[in-house]
Amino acid sequence: MSAKVSREEVERVAELAHLELTPEETGRMLTDLNAILDYVAELNELDTAGVEPLAQVSELQSELRPAAEAGVLRADNVRASLDRTAVLSQAPETNLVFFKVPKVIER
Amino acid sequence: MASAVGTPETYVEKPETLAALRAGIAAGRTRAADLAAGYYERIEKINPRLNVYLNLTKERALAQAERIDAMAAKGDPLPPLAGIPLGVKDVLVTQGSPSTAGSRMLEGYHPPYDATAVTKLEAAGAVILGKLNCDEFAMGSSNENSAYGPVRNPWDTERVPGGSSGGSAAAVAANLAVATLGSDTGGSIRQPAGFCGVVGVLPTYGRVSRYGLIAFASSLDRVGPLAANVRDAATLLAVIAGHDPCDATSSPAPVEDYAAESDKGAEGLRIGVPAEYFGEGLDAEVRAAIEKGIAALEAAGCVVKPVSLPHTRYAVPAYYLIATAEASANLARFDGVRYGYRSPRSETLAAMYSHSRDEGFGAEVKRRILLGAYALSAGYYDAYYLKAQKVRRLLAEEFLGAFAGVDAIVTPASPIPAFKLGEKTGDPLAMYLADIYTVTASLAGICGVTVPCGTTKAGLPVGMQVLAAHLKEGTAFRVARAVEAAGI
Repeated sequence: MSAKVSREEVERVAELAHLELTPEETGRMLTDLNAILDYVAELNELDTAGVEPLAQVSELQSELRPAAEAGVLRADNVRASLDRTAVLSQAPETNLVFFKVPKVIER
Repeated sequence: MASAVGTPETYVEKPETLAALRAGIAAGRTRAADLAAGYYERIEKINPRLNVYLNLTKERALAQAERIDAMAAKGDPLPPLAGIPLGVKDVLVTQGSPSTAGSRMLEGYHPPYDATAVTKLEAAGAVILGKLNCDEFAMGSSNENSAYGPVRNPWDTERVPGGSSGGSAAAVAANLAVATLGSDTGGSIRQPAGFCGVVGVLPTYGRVSRYGLIAFASSLDRVGPLAANVRDAATLLAVIAGHDPCDATSSPAPVEDYAAESDKGAEGLRIGVPAEYFGEGLDAEVRAAIEKGIAALEAAGCVVKPVSLPHTRYAVPAYYLIATAEASANLARFDGVRYGYRSPRSETLAAMYSHSRDEGFGAEVKRRILLGAYALSAGYYDAYYLKAQKVRRLLAEEFLGAFAGVDAIVTPASPIPAFKLGEKTGDPLAMYLADIYTVTASLAGICGVTVPCGTTKAGLPVGMQVLAAHLKEGTAFRVARAVEAAGI
């Protein structure tokens, strides 16, 4: 996994992440990513055959496990949610009912 | 910038203890409103030099202070943080007041709700003075990644305060708040606490609700207190800890009286010293200070013995793969639709996404999103992300094994004292290595406390990191109190 990242790969990943990079930014990111990936290649020294990946530390200790995982669901009660006016007031563009975005479908 | 504008004489000042302040308010000697006003005066004078506060929540603070004063005047029983002026890192949302996460992306955002930790502080009577500067989306080790300018270290304003909770640490050191909240994903409370000579707490993962914490890496993010002394930090943790139905990963374990735990003394506790944290790269003066701290623990009746944590060197690479992968997913929410920045160049939906994110995010955030997206992308997922998660298990199990033989593990909080502004900004990898002693506990989910442990010859603080097993915050506080009491 010490493969060198190419300029095309940086551009592809940037596109996946919806980041538009200038040519200079792409060059800088290429240098940085390669330096970081060279460094993380140290992990290859470790034999992890048979080791289960750990995504969440609550797997390690029962007291950390949230109640829902222990089979207890919260009561299904109706509760107030965020006020729509307050939420919409923070959006760049709305019609006071929905969020508005640039036209998606061309007719 | 002229040199030597900041000296300890100018900026470093210890606040009164929380207990003393609260007693003064309860007895009617101090009015909470006057206390808050005094802090605002000090902030006005000193903040322009340190850039600690991003915004002040004066109206809300004074309303709360007056409420406390009315209770005190009537002789009502006062809650545990009655009238105590606190600051909150700007990654925790506060209803109706700016919450930027140090990013242009959230400039002008006024959240419609409060983070659970903030709600709990105010319910306990605390007066929240304002929101504290930090690295953008908590990504950084020096506070130089804030879109609103770096925070300066009160001990030497030419130096960084550490990061990402640089504002939270510097605010306590300069007494611009009695205590503060920070967040810690890879060391972001513990490292700046060390650089600024204050106490910083990494609670066990799940101990404090993450509801309302603007997410960086959800399996690693924690909210914790910073304070001028161990007992105050313990008092704050007891207030903000506990299960929260709004955070599915919060632990149902009962909350202890951590301040009372910290009073128990450290005699008889078994302290592990891992050789892996004292190797190449450790500054000689930091080492000497930590060794004094260890000697003080022995003198206090602790049993000090070596422990071995051989996987330590793999923690930084594993951490940066996991944290960036989670960040790339978490930061996908900033799309210019529901809140935050939308580029004026949003002619099409695709243009709106990419221009808003390009203009809204800073360079380090983009770097981490790209690294994370790369580690998660088809063809690399197993080699990077899954591999890192396997190493994470090895690191966590190694800690659990060590804690079978010791009650706590002590290490330096950082291999070096506070470095100069600009010293590491050109080299992201060098910056990542500043986290070498803190990312291990982040990956393992265990708790820890940074406690001041002497200074270098140049007068820069050194922090000792005390680590303890899951939910053993009480033990970490006992050890930290003993180091503090030694007055190194």
